[in-house]
Amino acid sequence: MRVIPLLTLAWTLSVASLANAQDPIRIAFIDPQSGTFAATGETGYLQLKFAADYFYNDHGGVLGGRPIEVIALDNKNSAADSQQQLRRAISEGIQIVYSGNGSAVASALSTAIERHNRRNPDQRVIFMNYAAVDPILTGADCSFWHFRFDAHSDTKMDVMTSHIAANPDISKVYIIGQDYSFGKAVGDAAISMLAAKRPDIEVVGNELHPIGQVKDFTPYVTKIVSSGADAIITGNWGGDMVALGRAITDAGLDVPIYTFYAAYDGITATLGEAGKNRIRLVHNDYANPVTSEERIAFTRAFKAQYPHKDVTQPRLATSLKMLVNAMEETGGTDPYQLALAMEDMRVTNMTGEEVWMRGEDHQSFQPLYVSVHTDENVVFDADNSGFGLVTEFRVPAEDTITESSCKMNRPQQ
Amino acid sequence: MIEVLVFATLNGLVTGLLLFMLASGLTLIFSMMGVLNFAHASFYMLGAYFAYSISLYLGFWPALIVAPVLVGLLGALIERYGLRRVHKSGHVAELIFTFGLAFLIEEAVQFFWGRATKDYRSPDLLDFPLFTLFGQNFPAYKAFMIFISIAIFIGLYFVLTRTRIGIIIQAAITHPHTVANLGHNVPLIFMAVFGVGTGLAGLAGVIAGPVLTTFPGMAVVLGSIVFVIVVIGGLGSLAGALVASLLIGLLQSYAIASDVGMPDLLAWLGVSFERDHPLNDIWRLTLPQVAPILPYLLLVLVLIFRPSGLFGKRES
Amino acid sequence: MLKYLSWALFAIALIVLPQIFTSILSVSILNQMCIAIVFALSYNMLLGQGGMLSFGHAVYFGLGGFMAVHALLAIENEEMMFSVTLIPLVGGLFGLCAALFIGSFSTHKAGTVFAMISLGVGELIAASSLILVSFFGGEAGISADRTFGPPFFGFDFAQNIEVYYLAAAWLFLATVCMYLFTQTPAGRMANAVRDNPERAEFIGYSARRVRFISFIFSGFFAGIAGGLFALNYEILTEQNLNAVTSGNVLLMAYIGGLGFFIGPMVGAVVLTLINSVLSNYTDLWLLYLGLMFVLTVMFLPRGLTGFLMMHRTPWHLGKLHLLAKPYAITAVPSAIFVLALVAIIEMSHSNAPTFNFLGIALNPDSFISWGALLIIATLAFVALRKTLPSLRDAWDTANTIDTKPQERT
Repeated sequence: MRVIPLLTLAWTLSVASLANAQDPIRIAFIDPQSGTFAATGETGYLQLKFAADYFYNDHGGVLGGRPIEVIALDNKNSAADSQQQLRRAISEGIQIVYSGNGSAVASALSTAIERHNRRNPDQRVIFMNYAAVDPILTGADCSFWHFRFDAHSDTKMDVMTSHIAANPDISKVYIIGQDYSFGKAVGDAAISMLAAKRPDIEVVGNELHPIGQVKDFTPYVTKIVSSGADAIITGNWGGDMVALGRAITDAGLDVPIYTFYAAYDGITATLGEAGKNRIRLVHNDYANPVTSEERIAFTRAFKAQYPHKDVTQPRLATSLKMLVNAMEETGGTDPYQLALAMEDMRVTNMTGEEVWMRGEDHQSFQPLYVSVHTDENVVFDADNSGFGLVTEFRVPAEDTITESSCKMNRPQQ
Repeated sequence: MIEVLVFATLNGLVTGLLLFMLASGLTLIFSMMGVLNFAHASFYMLGAYFAYSISLYLGFWPALIVAPVLVGLLGALIERYGLRRVHKSGHVAELIFTFGLAFLIEEAVQFFWGRATKDYRSPDLLDFPLFTLFGQNFPAYKAFMIFISIAIFIGLYFVLTRTRIGIIIQAAITHPHTVANLGHNVPLIFMAVFGVGTGLAGLAGVIAGPVLTTFPGMAVVLGSIVFVIVVIGGLGSLAGALVASLLIGLLQSYAIASDVGMPDLLAWLGVSFERDHPLNDIWRLTLPQVAPILPYLLLVLVLIFRPSGLFGKRES
Repeated sequence: MLKYLSWALFAIALIVLPQIFTSILSVSILNQMCIAIVFALSYNMLLGQGGMLSFGHAVYFGLGGFMAVHALLAIENEEMMFSVTLIPLVGGLFGLCAALFIGSFSTHKAGTVFAMISLGVGELIAASSLILVSFFGGEAGISADRTFGPPFFGFDFAQNIEVYYLAAAWLFLATVCMYLFTQTPAGRMANAVRDNPERAEFIGYSARRVRFISFIFSGFFAGIAGGLFALNYEILTEQNLNAVTSGNVLLMAYIGGLGFFIGPMVGAVVLTLINSVLSNYTDLWLLYLGLMFVLTVMFLPRGLTGFLMMHRTPWHLGKLHLLAKPYAITAVPSAIFVLALVAIIEMSHSNAPTFNFLGIALNPDSFISWGALLIIATLAFVALRKTLPSLRDAWDTANTIDTKPQERT
């Protein structure tokens, strides 16, 4: 019978509070806050929270004085726990959900939200995806309630292959990735795009390794060396990225490594000197040298509050800006109205570039960048290591636009 | 092709010997106490993190000595105040205790050192390529790893067979009561063996940390593999542990280096399947893809056909 | 009589609870509890009743669940037509098939050999689940909609509360079946084989066969739990059959208490609550869970239920009241000690300039906050140690039959 008091506790926690004019607008940030992937989830949460305070709460809030409150809900990087936290958020009357770490989780969440909104039209929620890049989320599995603020992996691969194609020294490319949907998608996209852009480039290897299981990448590197590759493409992230980068540099293999996720949260510091001028990253957040005053001020203020963290995803601020614009436009927080208002919205991000949210599939478009890992000309470094990213290649937004394959099921009010 | 073979062998040797350092401690502990220490790889992780913290202040070389000693002391304390208490409740309880310990240590490491990867580096002294073969460097540090592992094996072998304490330990493995009746302090021996075993795991962590990266998941990655080795080699057999470690290390390394897979087999058999065949995933499987699960396959096969392991004399 | 009463109470609790805790979240937590209880009970058939320590029990849970999702997909695509109320049975049958196959070689031996095979098989299946994308769906898993089946008395199971009552019905059914299993000769023999396989063999039972029977039933019920999971979350991923899930069910069964039928149920409820409630208060909940687990193994080897059951003797002797006061006295310093410790742990982890704990503002950078907490913790610990002897005395008294001559004939 010791269960009863605990249940009472659970119940009191979950009683929804009644909304009133000065009540905060609450955002559920459903990402890993414990376990192996907690570092990225925690950094994301702090950035969104900080952006909410910096841009809105410190200037009197939104919708006539309502502050924005960001609540971190730990999804333990699991699809089931994400749903559990979604139900918690809905129980508490939250209408806006952020998530991004891991395409598997994001796609589970998107499906769950689609179903929930269909089954409970009076308790709808909107899903702001700030980082999950699987093309399917705005393609075959697109949803009216889902908005993506990162470029999807095919677009990023397009930029990456263009950069490779522009380098005449590269004639043999080796692709290595984690053995799951994203790793495979990266490999397939790289092969087809390289074939289209530079048919003379030979793909000398397309290797998949089990995710998070490999202790030492040296055997893989041996294969890369013996294949004679002069560039490497990888979609690896987290520990797999660090270990791969280390093994490559340890073996003395001096070729460019094209990545999506080789920075921040300890990775930059670990790669350090060994990765200098070798590691390149495709992303949609302009890196050093930062010229925009707004961005400089924001980063300084963030670093002042969280000296051990970095502004890894300025697009979180962009997404918040769109959301707030939609709120002011519709005069409320009704998810259906917000979704309609955000369709085809254009805002200017902190760097001064325009971001467009396409209405057809809810995919955002903005310029993409290729940056290099170095310690020269770095104003804002990563992991306080002196090393950071310097942008060396920009692709304008209009060149990243691909046709939408989304057949969206549009609900009625 | 030859360069792949040479480097695959070298890599397999490095991994295998590293695994042996863990497996030797685990085997010692198991032989003595009948406890399969689930937290063994966690002590390995602690070794790496201790060494990282120490190397920030004193450098790598003092850490090489101090960190394993600290880990060993911690292990001895855990044996004295934790494991010994649980011993009364039987082997299952002991196993579950070490399981919980593994869980707790991982969380504690994240609590004290954070979740991000640590920048733990090999010493500058060893930061040069020992030789370059077919355009690929073999780092001196890896040679150092091989050297330490072999030294440990020889040392352990010598202590166990040539010294008085080694004889007592060997006797205590098979006849604990007789040893106790002869006036030896068996609980003290247990504590010492647990300390030494975990200390060895700590040493493995110190030397592996810079190469395999120091992060909170490093114990999980290695944990069950070490178990597999001890079981395949035969519970309680040091020689078996060495053979199994090298076997697993080389097996994985060769599997990754190979370029064959189901497509080749099917082509050889003259069979082909459509891309939309329900088992398409199986027909496209390659050996490098399955390399990391080969040890588990081997484990299940060994346990079915030879439950005592390759060199083991008893089953449990 | 007491037995029927407790079953009735169990049924009433299952019916009434979601009427008291009505929010979407609490219904969802209750749903989770139903799944966890079935899963933990099935695990206890192995470890508690059969003496088989498994590190790969999630395999049967996950395989059953994946099959259940495929069945839901078949209903959705109109390849099959049956009520979704039968989905857990699909999971159970598939779990049973998997257990039949794996048990045929893994139950030859108990003890370490069994434990190691279960570990190996668990890792193998978890790893293959990422490779065999057509069945397991890779990282993303597979997802299906539960609402496409023919309505069951007007319910289409769109709402979580409907799914809860379905899960509760299955939970009740499964619990009754598992309880009845312990009463059958097969269940009794499982205990005998656990305690002494040689003797069991002497009286003519094949220990291997007895283990095999427990094993396949355990796989069946784990599969049912997997089917319930599929209905509740409408998705299964690799995480549902990997080592973490296997470890979790071991935790539930052990913390609850292996030796009692109700033990794993208690463990399942407590761990579900920790998982869903505690994790909202602190990022460090896994640390506390680990601490709790290790301390349980050390100090309460028979789990929470075992601790409660220790009070049976004093209760029968009518001396339970003697323990109330010593317990209360010990509880005060223990609570202070634990709270102070938690405050220290949380404060050292906090990166905000001020840190609120139970309404008290602490400053992580100030020496005073640290010192005060340390002093409080130390004092509480000393006080705790001081109260222990009197608690022990009271315990001894409460457990002794009075020496005063009783009126006996």
